Amino acid sequence: MYKLTYKQYFNALKEGKLLGLKCNDCGSYTAPPKLCCDKCGSISIEVVSLSGKGVIKTFTVIRVSPEGYEAPYIVAMAELEEGPWLMGNLINVDPDKAKMDNIIGKKVTVSAKVLPKMNYTPDEGVTPAFIITE
Amino acid sequence: MRKVAVMGVGMTKFGPTEKSQVELFAEAAMEAINTSNIKSKDVQALFLGNGLGDFEEGQLNLAGFCANELGLPPETTAMRFEGACASASIAIRNAFLLVASGAYDIVIAGGTERAFSMGTSLATRTFAMGTDSKYEEFSGLTFPGVFAMLAHLYADKYNVPLPKLKERMAMVAVKNHKNGAKNPLAQFQKEITVETVLKGFVVADPLQLFDCCPFSDGAAAVIVTTDEIAKKHVEKPVYILGAGQGSAGSLCRQKDYTIMPSRIVSAKQAYKMAGVEPKDIDVAEVHDCFTIAEIVLLENLGLFEFGTASEAVEKGETEIGGKIAINPSGGLKAKGHPVGATGAAQVYEIVKQLRGECGARQVENAKIGMTDTLGGDAGSIVNLIFGI
Repeated sequence: MYKLTYKQYFNALKEGKLLGLKCNDCGSYTAPPKLCCDKCGSISIEVVSLSGKGVIKTFTVIRVSPEGYEAPYIVAMAELEEGPWLMGNLINVDPDKAKMDNIIGKKVTVSAKVLPKMNYTPDEGVTPAFIITE
Repeated sequence: MRKVAVMGVGMTKFGPTEKSQVELFAEAAMEAINTSNIKSKDVQALFLGNGLGDFEEGQLNLAGFCANELGLPPETTAMRFEGACASASIAIRNAFLLVASGAYDIVIAGGTERAFSMGTSLATRTFAMGTDSKYEEFSGLTFPGVFAMLAHLYADKYNVPLPKLKERMAMVAVKNHKNGAKNPLAQFQKEITVETVLKGFVVADPLQLFDCCPFSDGAAAVIVTTDEIAKKHVEKPVYILGAGQGSAGSLCRQKDYTIMPSRIVSAKQAYKMAGVEPKDIDVAEVHDCFTIAEIVLLENLGLFEFGTASEAVEKGETEIGGKIAINPSGGLKAKGHPVGATGAAQVYEIVKQLRGECGARQVENAKIGMTDTLGGDAGSIVNLIFGI
């Protein structure tokens, strides 16, 4: 039933390919993947490669981190050209120099960051890593 | 649907404790039973909100232990409800629906939590489990991080310069501490200034320590019953006029979450059922887990226009005696936020406010009150409306 599971999405992302789903009914894109179109709920969807290009909509510098992570680092949300937003890390800006005007609205490309299995996770994790290109 | 009322209510002091989650809940629940002028054996069901008991005490299946601790008979239905920070409100909403439908006549509903004891590192990790564990948590996202990003989104969208927004956010904390100073059950009973907030260390840019609610231990419980039974046992029943609940998925799928559809629909359901409008609400206990959260939710509940709530805070419109009293208890910020108990503590405050029992923090002539509880990053939202 699943066209794209989290594991398949992670494996592709690790190889530098950002996958998503395109809806055959309403034409909108869904990423990260889920069982149905995020906009209309249709299960008539197909796996597509996304451009991996977008702009940063918001961010924060995490200074008090959870167990297993070392602060400071930047968490950001980017809007992809195809419409979906992704949560990830912004990796080419110094956390101590992160300000709204040098991050929000900037163009990014999406790469990947791999995290080893840790407490309470069943396997390794992969998160989008954003790189500002302008 | 039968008319449903809250009879007695009970709550422990919030803050660090040496009591177990079961002991905390039993104390709050017994106070609710006693002030309802009923006996434990009269209770037919126990609905327990609990977020992270598994990590806090290595304890699953808490509801049965709580029922037994209180001396409830074996035929009692005892269930845990988990919806992150909205757990107790989900429990109370279900108690309301099942009493209204006739399935039960008397239900005890509330929540318990012992989050303080986990320490910051594990607490930050386990709280973050309320975000999407596949698509978001691996970024190292924390709950302060979720709301820090919301503050940047809000400042950018509404063109409020960040220093101005931060000052107004600080005023939310100042107000809630001012109210909490008058609440003997609050974790922090101390007033602070805007300067206190702006001098705190940064937790997640732009949120500083005093923009964030604390990790807390505590419990609260209420007795939900029919109008008829309530009138026989207590002088001032408080009625549940309306209830709503909404849901949502990963934060990234919600996109611009200065507008939260799950909260908007939840509030609309509650207003419609109660037959009231936002302007009719006299007092509200809302989910100020972070200062920016209070500003954004006021807009999503329709209490203020989108983009205007930070200015309303600056003008004092959310103070006790202002246009609408927001968080007279001190809110999550000053009263404390024992996750699974928070919604029940909000209901506790609204019931006491509508009965006129809040002393120095009493909202004058409060006739209609509302609660707003957010679970995770808007994955579960519950709104309840009360009247006398």
